[in-house]
Amino acid sequence: MTTADDSLDPDWMLLFGAWLITTLAALGSLFFSEVMEFAPCSLCWYQRIFMYPLVIVLGVGLFPVDRGAVRFGLPLAIGGWLTAAYHTLLYEGVIPESASPCQMGVSCKEEYIEVLGFLSIPALSLLAFTAVVGALLVVRRRQKT
Amino acid sequence: MKKQAIFGGTAVVLLVAFVVASGMYKGQEAERVEAAAEEAEIALAPAHSISVGPEHARVTIVEFFDPACETCAQFHKPVKQLLAERPDRVRLVLRYLPLHHGSEDVAKMLEASRKQDRFWEVLEVMFATQGRWASHHHPQPEALWELIPAAGVEIDMDQLRADANELAVASVVQNDIDAARALGIRKTPGFLVNGKPLPSFGLRQLQTLVDAEIAAAY
Repeated sequence: MTTADDSLDPDWMLLFGAWLITTLAALGSLFFSEVMEFAPCSLCWYQRIFMYPLVIVLGVGLFPVDRGAVRFGLPLAIGGWLTAAYHTLLYEGVIPESASPCQMGVSCKEEYIEVLGFLSIPALSLLAFTAVVGALLVVRRRQKT
Repeated sequence: MKKQAIFGGTAVVLLVAFVVASGMYKGQEAERVEAAAEEAEIALAPAHSISVGPEHARVTIVEFFDPACETCAQFHKPVKQLLAERPDRVRLVLRYLPLHHGSEDVAKMLEASRKQDRFWEVLEVMFATQGRWASHHHPQPEALWELIPAAGVEIDMDQLRADANELAVASVVQNDIDAARALGIRKTPGFLVNGKPLPSFGLRQLQTLVDAEIAAAY
């Protein structure tokens, strides 16, 4: 039996790409905290709160391809994007540290690693959320037309 | 089915990659600590650090500890026993890694007690009464000032208080904190046996590593 579900339509590909990014981000963050033993700061936790459910929401939305995943996924992705943007600005020193909400535990400006020499952890997060928000917006636009 | 295969295959590949990378990372940890020590020219067991056991012992355990850390208190007796069971071959060097807010003052107090040669007595009291001065991870150094004389340690508390404020004492503690940071030790108790970290945390792993080092050195 051949169904329309079997074809790799653009919607599915976009959702799958978004799921792949969130899963990579989730596993990557777990690698940093559980394997490399970097303690996550409070802003990192908020980004995790937005990122981890996306793995499930987008994964479920793939079978069968469900554009409704965009409706549930987009608010999470935007929330995460805003947190990541704030974190990146803080990390890069654009926002002064006195405005930082992290007083206890690990500083949100703690420098752990720079992937490829220039990508900090907050920047990786911002990049991932940007890609996910972008992919979901494209699916949404296709939905409307 | 094609989609399921792509999705399932990707998920499996990612999980396997995660597990393999974790194993590889842990496997390289020993070399990384040694390399970090060499690169930063950090003495793992500096001469000024407090130690127990013979100087000529060929196996040295370096323990980074926090006076307010519950696991450190729990490990205190078993580690002493580990040394006693392997006489003349193992030396223990204690270094400070105060991670709790406020326990840095306690570390300074401990370091200062060496001037009156009461380090081990004070350490015993600190760990034994930890629940009273550092309950719920909130160290209250002031409470400890009462507990030390109450436990019968013969020490001049006024002198101890003065010594704990010495710059030299603070710099010993800071030196240990800096060393731990450079070595990538972020948790207490942090053990290094002849410079090698534990493959995974636990008393049995410590015993195994110590015995392996003894077997290699004697």
